[in-house]
Amino acid sequence: MSSTTPNGPAAAVTPPPGGPVAPVSTVSAPIKAIRLRHPWRIVFAVALIVIFALVVVDAAFRPAFDWPVVGQYLFDRRISQAAVVTLQLTVISMVIAIILGVIVAVMRLSPNPVVKSLAWFYLWVFRGTPVYVQLTVWGLISLIYTSIDIGIPFMEPWVSFSTQAALNTFTLAIIGLALNEAAYMAEIVRAGLLAVDKGQDEAATALGMSWAQTMTRVILPQAMRVIIPPTGNEVISMLKTTSLVTAVPFSFELFTRSRDISAETFNPIPLMIVASIWYLFFTSILMVGQYFLEKRFARGVADRQVDKKDGPGAATGEITGVVPVAGAGQPTVVMPPPPGHPPANPGPGDAR
Amino acid sequence: MSDTRTPAAASRADVPMVLAEQVSKSFGSNEVLKDISLEVKRGEVMCLVGPSGSGKSTFLRCINHLEVLSAGRLSVDGELIGFRETHGKLYEMAPKEASKQRRNIGMVFQRFNLFPHMTALENVMEAPMRVKGLAKAKVEESARALLARVGLAERADYYPAHLSGGQQQRVAIARALAMEPKLMLFDEPTSALDPELVGEVLDVMKGLAKEGMTMIVVTHEMGFAREVADSLVFMDGGVVVEAGDPDEVLSNPQHARTQAFLSKVL
Repeated sequence: MSSTTPNGPAAAVTPPPGGPVAPVSTVSAPIKAIRLRHPWRIVFAVALIVIFALVVVDAAFRPAFDWPVVGQYLFDRRISQAAVVTLQLTVISMVIAIILGVIVAVMRLSPNPVVKSLAWFYLWVFRGTPVYVQLTVWGLISLIYTSIDIGIPFMEPWVSFSTQAALNTFTLAIIGLALNEAAYMAEIVRAGLLAVDKGQDEAATALGMSWAQTMTRVILPQAMRVIIPPTGNEVISMLKTTSLVTAVPFSFELFTRSRDISAETFNPIPLMIVASIWYLFFTSILMVGQYFLEKRFARGVADRQVDKKDGPGAATGEITGVVPVAGAGQPTVVMPPPPGHPPANPGPGDAR
Repeated sequence: MSDTRTPAAASRADVPMVLAEQVSKSFGSNEVLKDISLEVKRGEVMCLVGPSGSGKSTFLRCINHLEVLSAGRLSVDGELIGFRETHGKLYEMAPKEASKQRRNIGMVFQRFNLFPHMTALENVMEAPMRVKGLAKAKVEESARALLARVGLAERADYYPAHLSGGQQQRVAIARALAMEPKLMLFDEPTSALDPELVGEVLDVMKGLAKEGMTMIVVTHEMGFAREVADSLVFMDGGVVVEAGDPDEVLSNPQHARTQAFLSKVL
């Protein structure tokens, strides 16, 4: 039995319990572990790709889509003009809606009960009725108010002009879209303002900054981080809502134009595809813009940004590269080396 | 100058930096300050101590008009805070006038309250540029000097999120000093810090005190109070229980409430 050798070699290397563990090496080696595999993900993905490919091939040869007509109208002058009008409607009404939304949001947070109630009433009306109904009513405004008078109430007006002449359908469409959207923007802006810590307002006030300075320099820039993502949604939503201005009736935007053309050609499907391609093109551009805006306003937020001095990835321990290891046939995850040490196994991801 | 100052106080050295006369403050029916009368002389460092909820912070916030008094008078450097007195009548100040008074009073908060979307340097530069309207180059030069003074010259371009608590609080002190205040208010400046970071902030404050800055410090750091403060005020339940020389109050408290409090914190 080996019990007669209590101080054998095996016992000698075992560290005493609770004592310090002798380090294997002074520099801890980067972890080289075989990645956990997910076979079902791959099966599912392959199945999706096959189904998608079948749909695409099928669509390409289905006569109802009439792809030559799509190609013919995609850059048709009437369509591209309508696309520009849609963009104008979106941009102008969105700009007005954002400005008005900020005003209504600040009004809702006002200590003055009259101002607060007025803002609440605005939200109640414009958020509580469908935008299609609102646009229809704006189209009928010249029947309700036949003339616009400027002057002192109950006295002879200084200036008076006909509503119908003053407001064309494009203007009415803008008014309808902007006033409706402002109600939603107001709630988004309010949520953003409330999300900023109260201490920020106090610090700015204590430094002697005025209310306006505190708002524009301290509160709003921080609120932007909360405001921008939902506003991006609203812009994209607005681009699509412009198709409803046919209710005014204004008919020079993308959807109504495409539908009018298809009414002549008796071939609606390809024209709806044309309109969709344009809408998708615009929303894609907007999504890119939103990405950069979000990045801009994430400044100073912890762990969204890498310290300039410490180099990328040093603080967060993120995966910097996947290095194929010879013989194993498995990709190996390489963790970044501790700062100050060269990477033990420079791979393609470490080129910096 | 303001008509609240008496002609006799023409030599400014005689006017106390802070004079509180029977200051009271209520939030609804809750009276948090009751008849506080205090005087802080030019160049004096006063420590306010007491249990939480005793009204220390509220009193501090009254001094720069972040809270409005309910009763009494409070003046800084001979000027009534938050109100204008004309022909014996008090008029509430417009926000513009109040913010003008605040420029002379620096404040440091428990939670630092640095602007997270600006770098340390931008934090320090913001008020002198926007409020005083000074030229950027000049402001940047003095801001860098201030950051160097609090030992953070190399951290000028860091965002607050990338600074430790102690570093953030030192930036906050530099930010308050950038307005060249005649009075500094510290609202528990080290309470939110890890114990090993407290020292670096206290060191900066000690330096300030040595340079002759008038300071009111709400704190639980009795060591700092004993070493730096010229006077110590113990508050509880919204009243001043005991005030006097820090060494005396700390080693030989007269009042039972002071004794009870100090026996727990010392």
